[in-house]
Amino acid sequence: MSEIATEARMNIATNNQRNLAEEDAEQLRHYYHQMLLIRRFEERTGEMYTKARIGGYCHLNLGEEATIVGLMAGIQPQDYIFTNYREHGYILARGVSPGVVMAELFGKDTGVSRGRGGSMHLFDRATNFMGGYAIVGGQIPLAVGAAFALKYQEREGVVICQMGDATTNIGAWHEALNMAKLYQLPVIFLVVNNGYGMGTTVERGSAEPELYKKGCAHRIHGERVDGKDVLTMRDVTRRLRERAQHEGEPAILEAISYRFRGHSVVDPARYRSEEEVRQGRADDPIQRYAQALLNAQFIDDAWLKHMADQVEREVQEAIDFANDSPDPQVEDLFTFMYATPVANTPGASDAVAAALIAERGT
Amino acid sequence: MPVITYRQALNETLREELRRDENVFLMGEEIGIFEGSYKVTAGLLQEFGPKRVVDTPIAEEGFVGMAAGAAMLGLRPVVEIMTINFILLAIDQIVNHAAKIHYMFGGQSSVPMVIRTPGGGGQQLAATHSQNFEAWFAYVPGLKVLVPSTPYDAKGMLRSAIRDNDPVIFIENLALYNTRGEVPENGDYTIPIGEAEVKRTGTDLTIVAYSRMTVLALDVARRLEEEEGLSIEVVDLRSLRPLDKPTIVNSVKKTNRAVILEEDWRSYGIGAEIAATIQEEAFDYLDAPVRRVAGVEVPLPYAKVLERAALPSAQHLIDAIHQTLVGTR
Ligand SMILES: Cc1ncc(C[n+]2csc(CCOP(=O)(O)OP(=O)(O)O)c2C)c(N)n1
Ligand SMILES: [Mg+2]
Repeated sequence: MSEIATEARMNIATNNQRNLAEEDAEQLRHYYHQMLLIRRFEERTGEMYTKARIGGYCHLNLGEEATIVGLMAGIQPQDYIFTNYREHGYILARGVSPGVVMAELFGKDTGVSRGRGGSMHLFDRATNFMGGYAIVGGQIPLAVGAAFALKYQEREGVVICQMGDATTNIGAWHEALNMAKLYQLPVIFLVVNNGYGMGTTVERGSAEPELYKKGCAHRIHGERVDGKDVLTMRDVTRRLRERAQHEGEPAILEAISYRFRGHSVVDPARYRSEEEVRQGRADDPIQRYAQALLNAQFIDDAWLKHMADQVEREVQEAIDFANDSPDPQVEDLFTFMYATPVANTPGASDAVAAALIAERGT
Repeated sequence: MPVITYRQALNETLREELRRDENVFLMGEEIGIFEGSYKVTAGLLQEFGPKRVVDTPIAEEGFVGMAAGAAMLGLRPVVEIMTINFILLAIDQIVNHAAKIHYMFGGQSSVPMVIRTPGGGGQQLAATHSQNFEAWFAYVPGLKVLVPSTPYDAKGMLRSAIRDNDPVIFIENLALYNTRGEVPENGDYTIPIGEAEVKRTGTDLTIVAYSRMTVLALDVARRLEEEEGLSIEVVDLRSLRPLDKPTIVNSVKKTNRAVILEEDWRSYGIGAEIAATIQEEAFDYLDAPVRRVAGVEVPLPYAKVLERAALPSAQHLIDAIHQTLVGTR
C-alpha cells in the first residue's frame, strides 16, 4: 500500500479508550460470539471449498467481522439489507441460522436460496436480508429503490447498502447517490474499505482515495470509521440511521478494514507484501475486542475458551446439516422461473427430460 | 365500440391502473411536467401528483434498478424508457437483476415491474434512435416480453403486464402511436401473457409478425386477397417471451407455408427463432422453405431513400409471399 493510502487509512474515527461501564454485558458478549461465529464459519468454509463441498466463486469476510457485527447491532429488525457477494457474515449476523447458510454454499435444497444462488446470492426474506449481488454495484440501485418504497409506503425503517471500496468507482453508484439525495431517501451506503478490489489497491482505482468524500458532488454526508472496532461501527451506524430515518438524509459510511486472505478462496494474493499482510492481520478485530472485554473484566479466559468450543460446535453442526440435506429436485428446475405462471413456459416434465439425458452422460 | 389511438389506449390504461392500485406508480424521464416525449403519460401528473408520477434524472441504469428494488418491497412500478435505444444503459439491471431475482433467490422475492418503451425505425431518426432490441430481451429467461400491435391489444396487454408479478418489457412502436382501433369503453378485459393471436385466418400461407409488422402484414393480406384471390393467415405473436409456439405451428400445419415479417435485423433476430421452431415442429408439413422479411443489417441511415431501402416494406413482403407460393398457381 502507498504512503498516502496508509496515512489516509489511519485518519479514522476510533475510540479504543471507550468507557465500557455503560454497556450491557450480555450485549457485549453477544457481539463477541457473533464475530467469532463469522470467523470460524469462514475458516471452515474455506476448508469445505478445498474439499470440493462448495463450488463456484467463494469470497470470505475474514478480517471484516467487527464491521459486520457492529453494523447489524446498529440497525433495527424492520431495516433492509442489500450486500455484495462477500456476504456470508452479514446474513449470519442478521440472525439466520448457520446451517441453512452453509447448506446454500453446499447447493442444497435447504439452503437460504434453495440451492439456486450459492455463496454469492444469499437471501432471507424473514430478516429483510435482500440479497447478495455479484455484479459489482448491482445492489446499489436496488437498495435505493427499496428506500424509495419505504418512503412511498410511509413505513419505518432504513436500507443498508453494503459495497466494497472498488465499487465506489462504478457508474451505478453515482446515479444512485444522486437520486438518493434528490428524493431524500433513508439509505446508508456502507463502503467496506478492505484495501483492495481483487488485486487493485484503493488508490490505484479511485482518484479520491478517501472514499467517504465521494458523495460530495451529491451533497451526501460521509464518515470514515475504524471498521475493526465493533462498538464504533455500531454507534456510528445508529447515528446515521437516525438521520436517515427522521431527516431523510442518506449517508456514506466508510469502514476501514483489512481483507485477511485473497479476493476469493482460490486467490493466493501475491500482489500483497508479506509485511503488509502480517501488519494487517496483527491488528485482529476479534483479538482486539477480546482484550478490551478482558481488561474491563466482562469476560475471563475460561469464558473465551467456552465460547471457542461453542462456536466450534455451532459451525460443525452447520456443516453436518448441510451435508445431510437433500439436493434440490430436478423436477424443480423451472419451479422459480416466474412468480405469475403464464402459458407456454416449460414445466416439470421438461425438467425431468433434460435431467434424464444429463444423467445418462455422467 | 369507440375508436381510439394506440397512444390513448396506453394513456387510459395507465390512468385506470393508477386509480385501481395505490402501489402502482410511474417513473421515467420527462413523463410528468413534460407529459412524456410521446405524450403517453399526458395529464397523469395533474391527476395523480408527483408521488405517483415520478420524473427522474437521466440515469437509466439507476432508475430502472430503483424500480426493481421498489418492486421487491411490494410496489408496482411502471417505468418509461424514452425510446428503446436508451434501454441499453439499463441492461445490467434488467438482465442481471430484475430477470434473476425471483429464481436465483429461490422464489423469495418477486419483481412486479413493467418497462414500457417504444422501438422502431422509419422516422428519419438515424442509427442511434431507430432500433429494435426485442430479441435482446426475448432471449432472457425470467423476463416477459410483450409487443402489442393494436390499441385493443395495447390496453389488454398493458393491464396484464401491470398486474403480473414478474418483470415485463412492454415494447411499443413509434409508428403505432397514432394508429386507431376499436377499444371497449368500460370493459376491464385483459389479454393473457404468452398467447399469440390469429388476427386473420387463411389457407394458402401464414405470415408470422408482431408489433407494427402485424399491421403491415394484415394490410398486405387484404390486398393480396382482393388482387390475387390469396387466402393468407396472419399470426400476431403479441408475446415474444413466452413464445406461443403451438399457435404458430398449428397455423403452419394448416397452410404449409410461412413467411416471417420482422422489423429487427435478420441475423439472430426473432425470425430466426420462429423459423427454427417451424422446422423443428412442422418440418413434414412444409411445402416451401420458410422465408424471413427483416431489416437490412446496417446502422439505419438518415436519408429517406436509404432508410426506406433498409426497412421491411409491403413490397418486400409481397415478393417473399410470391416466392413462397411459386408453383402453386
Ligand atoms: C461489473 C463487474 N465487473 C467486474 C466484476 C469482477 N469482480 C468481482 S469482485 C471485484 C472487485 C470488487 O472489489 P470491492 O468492491 O473492493 O469489494 P471486495 O471484493 O473487496 O469486497 C471484481 C472486479 C464483477 N463481478 N462485476
Ligand atoms: Mg475491497
